Amino acid sequence: MIQTTPKVRPRRRIRLSLRDERVRGWIWQIVVVGIAVAVVAWLWSNAIHNLSVRRIATGFAFLGREAGMPITDTWLPYSPRDTYLRAFIVGLVNTLRVAVIGIVLATVLGTAIGIARLSSNWLLSRLAAVYVETLRDIPLLLQLLFWYVLMQGLPGARAAWTPIDGVFLSNRGLMLPWIQIGAAQLWVLAALATGLVALFVVRRRLVLRQMQDGRSRRVWPFALLLVVVLPALVSWSLGATWSVTKPELRGFNFAGGLTMAPEYFALLIALVTYTSAFIAEIVRSGIQAVPRGQWDAALALGLRRSFVLQQIVLPQALRVVIPPMTSQYLNLTKNSSLAVAIGYQDIVSVANTTLNQTGQAIESIALIMLAFLTVSLGISLFMNWYNARIALVEH
Amino acid sequence: MSSAVDAPRNSRSFARSASGSGPGVRLLRWLRANLFASIPSTITTLLLALLLARMLFGFVKWGVLDAIWTVPGNDTSACRALRGTGACWAVIPEKYRFILFGTYPFGEQWRPALATLVFILLFYLSSRRSLWRRELLFIWAGALVLVGVLMWGGVLGLSFVSQDRWGGLPVTLILATFGLAFGFPLGIVVALGRRSKLPAIRSICILYVELVRGVPLISLLFMASVMFPLFMPDGVNIDKLLRAQIAFILYAGAYLAEVVRGGLQAVPRGQYEAADALGLSYWQKNGLVILPQAIRHVIPPLVNTFIAFFKDTSLVLIIGIFDLLTTAKTAIIDPAWQSFSVEVYVFVGLIYFAFCFAMSRYSRGLEAQDRPT
Repeated sequence: MIQTTPKVRPRRRIRLSLRDERVRGWIWQIVVVGIAVAVVAWLWSNAIHNLSVRRIATGFAFLGREAGMPITDTWLPYSPRDTYLRAFIVGLVNTLRVAVIGIVLATVLGTAIGIARLSSNWLLSRLAAVYVETLRDIPLLLQLLFWYVLMQGLPGARAAWTPIDGVFLSNRGLMLPWIQIGAAQLWVLAALATGLVALFVVRRRLVLRQMQDGRSRRVWPFALLLVVVLPALVSWSLGATWSVTKPELRGFNFAGGLTMAPEYFALLIALVTYTSAFIAEIVRSGIQAVPRGQWDAALALGLRRSFVLQQIVLPQALRVVIPPMTSQYLNLTKNSSLAVAIGYQDIVSVANTTLNQTGQAIESIALIMLAFLTVSLGISLFMNWYNARIALVEH
Repeated sequence: MSSAVDAPRNSRSFARSASGSGPGVRLLRWLRANLFASIPSTITTLLLALLLARMLFGFVKWGVLDAIWTVPGNDTSACRALRGTGACWAVIPEKYRFILFGTYPFGEQWRPALATLVFILLFYLSSRRSLWRRELLFIWAGALVLVGVLMWGGVLGLSFVSQDRWGGLPVTLILATFGLAFGFPLGIVVALGRRSKLPAIRSICILYVELVRGVPLISLLFMASVMFPLFMPDGVNIDKLLRAQIAFILYAGAYLAEVVRGGLQAVPRGQYEAADALGLSYWQKNGLVILPQAIRHVIPPLVNTFIAFFKDTSLVLIIGIFDLLTTAKTAIIDPAWQSFSVEVYVFVGLIYFAFCFAMSRYSRGLEAQDRPT
């Protein structure tokens, strides 16, 4: 914040004159706030009048009514007999489902392409550049429609394309083999997650001790113990069985396995490829921002290459990368709302249907905005926390 | 772009080629250094070359060798017989007028075509560094009025065409350009407001920027198309295109405010102090000293923001306004041409790409010029 008036200036008595800066400041504020309040009040009174003329009740009472809206692709159980509230929650879960998986995949793909752009192999770096340039310069909605048309043009379920045994790609979407998950399997997964967290803590302590005495220590025995042995023990003690179900053709459709509906799959591909192009550029500039001298100095100290990359180069690159990466994650989440164009029922699509069925325009749009503001705020808070954690500690 | 990782590679290849003799030897050395430097690099090159060759062959076969370029009349049976193994480019000569100009009266379509040219000329003039002066404002005002005259008509012997018949590329250009033209001054005011000392003004500006940036554009467009009529008094009926345009201006204003704010932060504090010392008022200080410097700083990100708007205009498809993407999607509703959407999307994609690619090359050129050497 630029302060044109130094703080040390002694407090003057406010003269009621337009020459006084503070008086003018107050007048400006009163005028601007007054205009804002007047405009909002005018719009609001118009809205109240129009709603009463059209006999639309305001408020969120409609959320308790039966939605009667079919939602085909859901994770939560849902039927058209459920309420609008339930439909909104199902839509929100659908939004999060595509956003979270999209963020993970886009980060992986984007990082790979960003590194490929810096490859010393000319062909690889050129192809990565063409990928980035092409995807960035075509509207996402056009890409989404394009992928969706391609999905619809795939052969039917009976003639599905099978690149690997058990994987089917057809106009019914993508079918993958999937592990059946019950209570026992969830415990094993929980053990795996705990093991990963523990491994992370152990690795940090090892690095801290290396910083004290300079001796490098092995991490892999801990990794084996925590990530492989611990879950295996839990699995054995609970007697969990790991059966993979493959999708099978029954009649005209598939049963078993994991199904990604064509709408979901097209949306995921479009979001991931589009966002990965932007992430690739961020990763590239992040790596380039670390001076080469850092590599040279660390290697001259006799440190291993993997250690240099993990402990010296990446932390510095991350500092540059995190803020623009956050805005790409937010963009991906907001862009998932384009789902409405191909009929994937995310929260925007559900709100749009609700709006058409009930006429509750203000409430429906307010719910969309509330949902996205909450999600955006959540992502921002998490990324700010992470950014503060990795930021350069200066005295 | 000179990069840390590229630098050693280039210096090595230069050093080698300097000692080489003849172009053949130099080519071999270049290949060795950039494609076959090591065993992993060689494997990568070969795998990629194979993949690329297969993809290119597939595309050439679909798009050129097996493609059908013309069909007699509306008879697409030859295209259908291909069953997707070849492209049916015949859809483009058949539909391009509709895709580019929508339902604008056929005989008058030279007018939107001319308006498109006016836009392109306007972008070209704005890109000239020598024209970055106050006169550019008049050029923009003149061009936008000219576009309005061409599209609406009703004067100078041109017949009147109401805006619900507009469509295609001009609508895309209008939404993006007018969004920028009105969103930019709004963005400047909001950026100044966000840095103001006055708490009420600052809060209003922060609320506006964060609210607009926190929600998807599509919800703003829904607001414009569904909610806006509810907020207007009886009898006031604002056209759908204009409502979408207002939504775009508000959207653009919030994003541009952040870009301008970045530029304001880059102006050294001494400039503010010098302006204060001269006794300039707030508006004189910002208008004459601070903003001219701040905006010059942010021209490359401004161009990038404009590219984003240009792409984002395609979202009006969802509220049923006939921009370039909507006309493309509508063109293939025609039963005879229904199954050739990929061809149409490729055609429209090329148009969007041409505009965005030109702008992004330009923006990168500016960044390279501004970087201290």
